[in-house]
Amino acid sequence: MIFVALLVTGVTAATSLVIAAMGENMLYFYSPSQIRAGEAPSGSSIRVGGLVVDGSVQRGEGLEISFALTDGAATVDVSYAGILPDLFREGQGIIASGVLNAGARLQAEEVLAKHDENYMPPEVAEAMEAAKRSGAMAPHGSMRQ
Amino acid sequence: MWAFLHRFASPPHFYRRAGAIAPWLGWICLGLMAAGLYGGLVVAPPDYQQGESYRIIFVHVPSAWMSMFVYVVMAGASAIALIWRIKLAEVIAIESAPVGASFTFLALVTGSLWGKPMWGTYWVWDARLTSELILLFLYFGVMGLYAAIEDRRTAGRAAGLFAIVGVVNIPIIHYSVEWWHTLHQGPTVTKLSAPSIHVSMLVPLLLMAVSFKLFYVTVLLHRARCGVLERGRNAGWVRSLLARTEPE
Repeated sequence: MIFVALLVTGVTAATSLVIAAMGENMLYFYSPSQIRAGEAPSGSSIRVGGLVVDGSVQRGEGLEISFALTDGAATVDVSYAGILPDLFREGQGIIASGVLNAGARLQAEEVLAKHDENYMPPEVAEAMEAAKRSGAMAPHGSMRQ
Repeated sequence: MWAFLHRFASPPHFYRRAGAIAPWLGWICLGLMAAGLYGGLVVAPPDYQQGESYRIIFVHVPSAWMSMFVYVVMAGASAIALIWRIKLAEVIAIESAPVGASFTFLALVTGSLWGKPMWGTYWVWDARLTSELILLFLYFGVMGLYAAIEDRRTAGRAAGLFAIVGVVNIPIIHYSVEWWHTLHQGPTVTKLSAPSIHVSMLVPLLLMAVSFKLFYVTVLLHRARCGVLERGRNAGWVRSLLARTEPE
C-alpha cells in the first residue's frame, strides 16, 4: 500500500511540475489584451481568441472579410480570406490563427468558432436576451478567459 | 460488510451472482437508453446557437464522462488488486480497459464530427482534446502491457501499476478547460453552480449518462465472468461447472 501511495504521489508531483513549467505554452490562444501587452511573438504564427466586436464585420471582395476581436479590455483587428464556420457571427467567440503584421493586425489563415457551454432552446435565449436588454440579467454568452 | 465483500469476491460466487444480475441491468440500460435517445433526438428542442447539431452531446458527453469514470474504476481496482491481492479486482481492472478505450474512442470520434460544423475543424491540439487522446493511449498501454507479458501474474501487476500511474491524467482532462485557454468549451453540467443547460436537454442527457453507466456494468460483468472462468480453468469449481454442462 505504501509503495502504491508513494508511486501516485511521486507521479502527481512530477506531473504538476511539468504542467507548471509548461505554463503559457499550454494555452491554445492569446487574448487581445495579451497581444496589446506584447506578450505574443510577432512574425511567427499565433492564435488569438476573443468575441467578434458588434458592427466590426466588413466583407470585401469574394471571401475577404475583416473584423475585430475583443476580450472586453482590448481589441485586435483581423483580416481573413476563406470559409468561415457556421457559428461565425458578431458577438461570437472566435479563434483566429495567423501572423501579426506591422500594424498589429492579424492576417488570419484559419478562423475557428468557439461555442460556449450554454445549451438552451431559441425561445429561452430570446427571453434572456430581452431580459438582458432591460438590464435585469447578466450576459449569458461569456468567453472563458 | 467485509464478509459479504469477501464472499462476493470469491470467483465461483461472483460467477453465479454476476450471471444473475447482468441480464437485468442490460434490460434497464436498454430501456433508459431508448428513453434518453427519444428525449434527446425527438423531444428536446434545437439549441439557440447550434441548431440540431448540438444533439450529438447525447452520445458525446456520456461517452466522455464514461471514458474517465472507467479509467478511475480500472485504476482503483488495480490498486485493490496490488494492495490486498484480490484476484477479482485484477479481473475487473483488466476487463475494464477495452470498454473504457471504446468509450474514449467514441468521445473522440463524435467530438470530431461535431467540431467540423461548429468549430470549423475536425481536430485541434488544445489541452482538452490532447489529454483525451492521451487517455486513449493509456488504455492501449494497459491492454498492450497485459497482453505482452508471458507470465500472467507479472502481466497483471505491470498493467495495474501502469493504470495507477496514468490516473494523474484524469484531473488534467477535467480541469484542462479551466486551467488553459482551449477551443473546447468549459463544463456545462459538472460545475458547482447550476448547470448551464436547459432542463429539456438536461433530462435526456442524464438518462443517457445513467444508461451508459449501466451498459458499462453489464458488459463488465459479462467480460469479468469470462475472465474469472479463464483464470480459474484448473480450479475445482470450474471443472465441476463444465462437467455439469457437458452433454451426456
